[in-house]
Amino acid sequence: MIYALLFYEFFKIGLFAIGGGLVTVPFLFDLAEEYGWFTSGELADMIAVSQSTPGPVGINMATYAGYKTAGICGALAATLSEVLPSMIVIYFIAQALNKWQNNPNINKILSGLRPAVLALILFAGWSIAQETITDYKSLGIMLGLLVAMRLIKKSPIYFIAASAIVGVILHI
Amino acid sequence: MYIKAYKKNAPSKKRNMISLWKLYALFFKMGLFTFGGGYAMLPILKKEAVEKQKWLTEEELLNYYSIGQCTPGIIAVNAASFIGYKLHKLSGLVSATLGVISPSLIIIVLVAALLRQYMDNQYVQWAFGGIRIGVIALIIDTVWDMWQKGVKGIRGYIVFTAAALLLWLFNLSAITIVILAALAAFIPDLRRTQK
Repeated sequence: MIYALLFYEFFKIGLFAIGGGLVTVPFLFDLAEEYGWFTSGELADMIAVSQSTPGPVGINMATYAGYKTAGICGALAATLSEVLPSMIVIYFIAQALNKWQNNPNINKILSGLRPAVLALILFAGWSIAQETITDYKSLGIMLGLLVAMRLIKKSPIYFIAASAIVGVILHI
Repeated sequence: MYIKAYKKNAPSKKRNMISLWKLYALFFKMGLFTFGGGYAMLPILKKEAVEKQKWLTEEELLNYYSIGQCTPGIIAVNAASFIGYKLHKLSGLVSATLGVISPSLIIIVLVAALLRQYMDNQYVQWAFGGIRIGVIALIIDTVWDMWQKGVKGIRGYIVFTAAALLLWLFNLSAITIVILAALAAFIPDLRRTQK
């Protein structure tokens, strides 16, 4: 039965893909090879669509791959199976964290990690920038938006909308 | 002063009264406005969950991101699960996670089934070109804000710089960076004057 197989395969991806959405790509590629649920060309398509639609990329890809394989129920099966391992693991870690939140060693590690995580986040921005900021026009827009964000403390939602409008007006 | 402190604490009492439905709805909204990977969700989590709802502190959010790097699954889901657990234990974890994945389920199925040509539309492409640039500015803006609370003292600067250099020069994986930074936390402080 296709749903059981989808559950098994996407649970496995959720369990072994550590580090975020794009890490799932090689796993999806294996699925294309092994079962022929979708072609590797369609997989490239999925990545492009997942990156330019709302929602975290990893979830978008699981939904798309599941949909290609077995329609709407396939999309549901694939997505839910992929997030299930996260939910189970985080459940236990969050419990442990609650218990040890006053442990000095745990706090020492966590506060020592924060600067490193900020570097990771900035580096993620840098990686996107290498594909996106290609000329003075895009650099100017980015800096303009950044200045606006520093001056006007509004929700990112407004800035997402504003940058979409800027994109349409300036033909990016 | 006393009153001020009381007012500051008031939202945390309200926190427990947030219904599971509202938790779902807010994570739905945050999922809807995330374009890109888990990192792209950080600006909106900071604004909505930390500043507006006061569900958690910036420090806790960064803790969740550090742990979410090294645990299985998608970082955005890991962060949502952590926050949901903090508010409502298991049922909060489930509603937050379902909330964050629901927009994807709806939109991707629509795009895959009906709107394939929507992706090729010139205006849609321009809009997403703009959004991709906006996301970079949002990430820089968020790191700028969080820097003030997340990076303290000389040790913080060294860890940040070392992590950035290791990423940039050697392209180390996120999990390696997190493990190295955790080990670095145990290097004793050579300057005894630090408080």
